[in-house]
Amino acid sequence: MQDKDKTRRKFLIGLTRAEGLSGVPFAATPFIAAWNPSAKAKAAGAPVKLDVSKMQFGQQIQVSWRKQPVFIIRHTKESLASLELSLPKLADPNSDLISEPYKGLFPTRSKSSEYSVMSGVCTHLGCAPKYFPEVEPKSWDATWSGGFFCPCHGSMFDIVGRVFKGVPAPTNLIVPPHMFEGSILTIGEDKEL
Amino acid sequence: MSEIAGKLFSWVNDRLPIVNTFERHLSKHPVPSKVNFWYLFGALASVVLIIQIVSGIWLIMPYSNTEEEAFSSIEYIMRDVDYGWVIRYIHTTGASMFFAVVYLHMFRGLLYGSYQKPKELVWIFGCTIYLAMMAEGFLGYVLPYGQMSYWGAQVIISLFGAIPYIGESLELWVRGDYYISGITVSRFFALHVVALPLVLIALVFLHLVALHEVGAGNPEGVDIEEFLDDDGVPLDSVPFFPYKVLNALVGIGVFMTVFAIIMFFFPEGGGYFIEMANFQEANPLVTPDHIAPVWYYAPFFTMLRAVPDPLGGLIVMGSAVAIFFVVPWLDRSNVASIRYKGIYSKIALVLFGVSFLTLGYLGTVGVTEVRKTMSVICTVIYFAFFLLMPVYTKYEKTKQVPKRL
Repeated sequence: MQDKDKTRRKFLIGLTRAEGLSGVPFAATPFIAAWNPSAKAKAAGAPVKLDVSKMQFGQQIQVSWRKQPVFIIRHTKESLASLELSLPKLADPNSDLISEPYKGLFPTRSKSSEYSVMSGVCTHLGCAPKYFPEVEPKSWDATWSGGFFCPCHGSMFDIVGRVFKGVPAPTNLIVPPHMFEGSILTIGEDKEL
Repeated sequence: MSEIAGKLFSWVNDRLPIVNTFERHLSKHPVPSKVNFWYLFGALASVVLIIQIVSGIWLIMPYSNTEEEAFSSIEYIMRDVDYGWVIRYIHTTGASMFFAVVYLHMFRGLLYGSYQKPKELVWIFGCTIYLAMMAEGFLGYVLPYGQMSYWGAQVIISLFGAIPYIGESLELWVRGDYYISGITVSRFFALHVVALPLVLIALVFLHLVALHEVGAGNPEGVDIEEFLDDDGVPLDSVPFFPYKVLNALVGIGVFMTVFAIIMFFFPEGGGYFIEMANFQEANPLVTPDHIAPVWYYAPFFTMLRAVPDPLGGLIVMGSAVAIFFVVPWLDRSNVASIRYKGIYSKIALVLFGVSFLTLGYLGTVGVTEVRKTMSVICTVIYFAFFLLMPVYTKYEKTKQVPKRL
């Protein structure tokens, strides 16, 4: 075979190979896309609404949005005032490390001056931290001033979900998009956002 | 009649290399004449693989892979299916025993240098089998959709979320939903019963073919290929049948006894084989007070939580498994077996074993300040064993290996 033919053959082999390879993404698309959330799963993940006016002061409730716990707390004036106490323990008191939707609006981190709304999913590895509002020494912290403690890996947060220094969780608890229409709270949707 | 059978057999054998393959890989395959009990665990692992495949097929029949029915179908297997409890406990005990024998098998490798030239590929296929087993075990643990299935999976899938930029969408893609739902369970089911078993079987095949190409090792680290008889068979070898087979049968007998005792009397293994929280149905709103992995993942779980950053934890945990792959190139010793290696290698292996077991223990208990410090120390020792290996294996006094076994 002449050199010219060799070059030609090499080119044709390369072209055929490239053409074959260009089909791979097309063939892979349905197999990869089939793992996306289905239309049914997306519909089930729609926003949830609830009336929060019946909550007592200091009470924490959990609602399920997309089957994930969302914590709602109705703070007392005292507990909001005591937020100052845990300030030196916090890793990111102003939520600078995360994109927070209602940053600087209220100390509650939500769209309300009274209620906190936050995802109950630990930012370390997704467990649900537990609410311990009482100000008393705990086995995990002798100077506990109320907040959340994650039973999985020992992460600690204050009562508005801000993370402590030196715990596995890297960031504050996430505040999901939400809105208040009177006392009706909608989680998962905010028309102003 | 026997004449016809003989003719039929030779007809087939002329078209399919039955006798050749059988003699080459089984009946006449030469194995070192002197080995010890450490050399049994490979055979035991293949026995457990068969047990898992058979019991697994029988479990698929009554199991339901939906969110509503997954948990109750397990209870149905346990209560209503005749002998269903036996089949399920065979499978759950088998999972733990699989890891037990594989860990011992891997330790044997470190002990006698079973990864050294020319057995690097055997070792790498083995490490890949271990990796596939970890995935297979995890996927299987999610299927009963109990509390520990759910929250264990939550922790593991969140690991993907620690990957920068693509993490969150990757997590959603793996789950196929906003939480670990029936959608997740059914895709894990498909991977657990079809995809990964195929991968595992293929890898075991490659592991064995590569092993038979280079020959099995021995506790002395003697290269038996040096002295061959006139037929080219190593002088210090015996045929696989009957020597190795009968030998293995004794081991298998002992192993099956242990297996049966666990299966019939301690199927939950005190919460280490099946965790107590998994007897409750999955509840995405309530985290169990104490989340611990099953024992065979515990050492790596401890390393994960020793690092105060998910991405860092993921990298440390991944490296802890990945580092096994490069062991053949980390060991610079001129001898294979620990018997002829120097004092540094011996101390290093003991420290490694102790730290691995300690990490395992720490992974199954809650976190305290002391335990956190201990897990950091043990993680450092774990990695030091591998990373310092090129140094301590090279600069130590080794003993002379005998020529013959």
